[in-house]
Amino acid sequence: MTMISTRDLLLTAGKRTLVQGLDWSAQAGECWSIIGRNGAGKSTLLRTLAGLQDAAGGAVAIGGRPLKDWPLEELARQRAFLAQSRHDAFAYTVIESVLSARHPYHAKRYWEGSDDHAIALQSLAAMEVDDLAARDVRTLSGGERQRVAIAALLAQQTPLLLLDEPANALDLAHQVSVMGLLARLCREQHKTVVMIGHDLNLAHRISTHALLLMGDGRWQAGAIDDTMQPALLGDYLGHPIDMIEHDGRRIFIPKEDSA
Amino acid sequence: MHASIPSHRRRAVIIVGAMLAFAVVILLFAGMTGSIAVPLADIPDALRQLAAGRPDSLSASLIELRAGRALVAFVTGGALALAGLMMQALLRNPLADPYVLGVSAGAAVGALLAMLLMASALMVDAAALLGAVGVALLLYLLARRDMRGGQAAEGGVSLLLLTGVIVSALCTSLITLMLSIAPEGRLRSMVFWLIGDLAGAPLRLVPWLVLLGALLFAMKSARAMNVVALHAEAAVTLGVRVGALRKGLFFASALLTASAVTSAGAIGFVGLIVPHACRFAFGPDHRVLVPATVLAGGAFLVLCDTLARTIIAPQQLPVGAITAMIGAPVFLYQLHRLRK
Repeated sequence: MTMISTRDLLLTAGKRTLVQGLDWSAQAGECWSIIGRNGAGKSTLLRTLAGLQDAAGGAVAIGGRPLKDWPLEELARQRAFLAQSRHDAFAYTVIESVLSARHPYHAKRYWEGSDDHAIALQSLAAMEVDDLAARDVRTLSGGERQRVAIAALLAQQTPLLLLDEPANALDLAHQVSVMGLLARLCREQHKTVVMIGHDLNLAHRISTHALLLMGDGRWQAGAIDDTMQPALLGDYLGHPIDMIEHDGRRIFIPKEDSA
Repeated sequence: MHASIPSHRRRAVIIVGAMLAFAVVILLFAGMTGSIAVPLADIPDALRQLAAGRPDSLSASLIELRAGRALVAFVTGGALALAGLMMQALLRNPLADPYVLGVSAGAAVGALLAMLLMASALMVDAAALLGAVGVALLLYLLARRDMRGGQAAEGGVSLLLLTGVIVSALCTSLITLMLSIAPEGRLRSMVFWLIGDLAGAPLRLVPWLVLLGALLFAMKSARAMNVVALHAEAAVTLGVRVGALRKGLFFASALLTASAVTSAGAIGFVGLIVPHACRFAFGPDHRVLVPATVLAGGAFLVLCDTLARTIIAPQQLPVGAITAMIGAPVFLYQLHRLRK
């Protein structure tokens, strides 16, 4: 089942063309990594997929229905979006911030129900931050805040997850466990994950597919073993990359500068 | 364990109930206090006479007189506090306030111009309203881009904030200009208007309707306000129509400010200090904050006005001087406790 697709998508930044003619789709159960240099249009693409900004051309469809035709609340039950950064101006508690992700399920109700609380606590536990539930979000460390934000994403219970650098600010152990959780969601619950990340090894370990962006309009999409080739990656990332096999896993390392 | 749902709701009911009781007590206190104090024992009888529409006793007439002014103070304070709360949610900045955006400065330009031209009291009110609405529309036109959801990235609403600060500065210079050319005899009333004064402010129905309408809108949007306060632009992905909500908050806030300054002049600090204090005491959840802030704002201004007319009685102070003198230190205290 096609979860999200683009048709002839054109993304621009000022006069620059970032992505051109993107015909792409992600099926249920697939986990996509978007890979590219800084400024290649990764976040722009993800924000466009989320409906946060309009494309310069082409169209995005979720569940076969163009984004524009979705009522916002219904769409919010289909896809969740993790922003790259956040700024907390007010002293909301962790549990309040996660409960806010239940907004699309409430329609006209004033208060959340006990089922919302159960889901919020479950999501916090999945991110190992349930002990922080009563804390002010502004007092959290960067990594804790990121895990709370991902917990909110989980509490939204959508079949499609769009994540802009989910591993950002996480320590090594949590990078591995969060990525593992995302991979499990795809495998076991047939969710679709589209994420941006800079760690090629993590991306290769958990993704089923990759979308490479060059930043000048060119792109390449496909199964992980076809797209994550050292030559191709080196080309798209602007730095030669070596690949070694270790315990049946591919490890990518940047080549040393010979100069 | 955390607060479960019923306790969540019970807490809100207790807070709003307590604020309501507090507001009633403050209103009664305002009715009792003055150059001639009304003894507590006379209150029930006086209230009964007022309810019957025949204030015969001295106490009843005193309360009627003072209650009229106290009610104006209440509706003005409630409106200013709610306007501040909405502006803070809109700009995602706990230090925002309708004064920062120049809406009340616009009202002041209108009112002072009318005073300068020796217009009637009614014309002064009309000119104040016109000035406030004019500045609000100007801001909206200049910062329209910011109101739409989606496009502006993190911190994008600052265009509105910066535009407001500059428009406010422009209005202030016009005010200074008018004050400097105003004839001696009219200067005092102009200064009192600028500081904000409730003496002689008529009790009208319209401010109550504006406050009620804005309160209903804010209660209806309270959950969406939480989502926007937490997630900014990304609130769109949670099903909130961010653009529409921002427009609604902006216009409701401008209307509340316009209605408040029209009847009472440019009273400062209420829109800043009251939402801040309520957030400090009750947390940032707008479902509790909205009703609590309106009640607290009303009660605060009634209290300030009671002080303004009694501190150096028989002389009366402009209430705006009192709100600033109480507001500024309390605000600084909160700010520093918060930063610790």
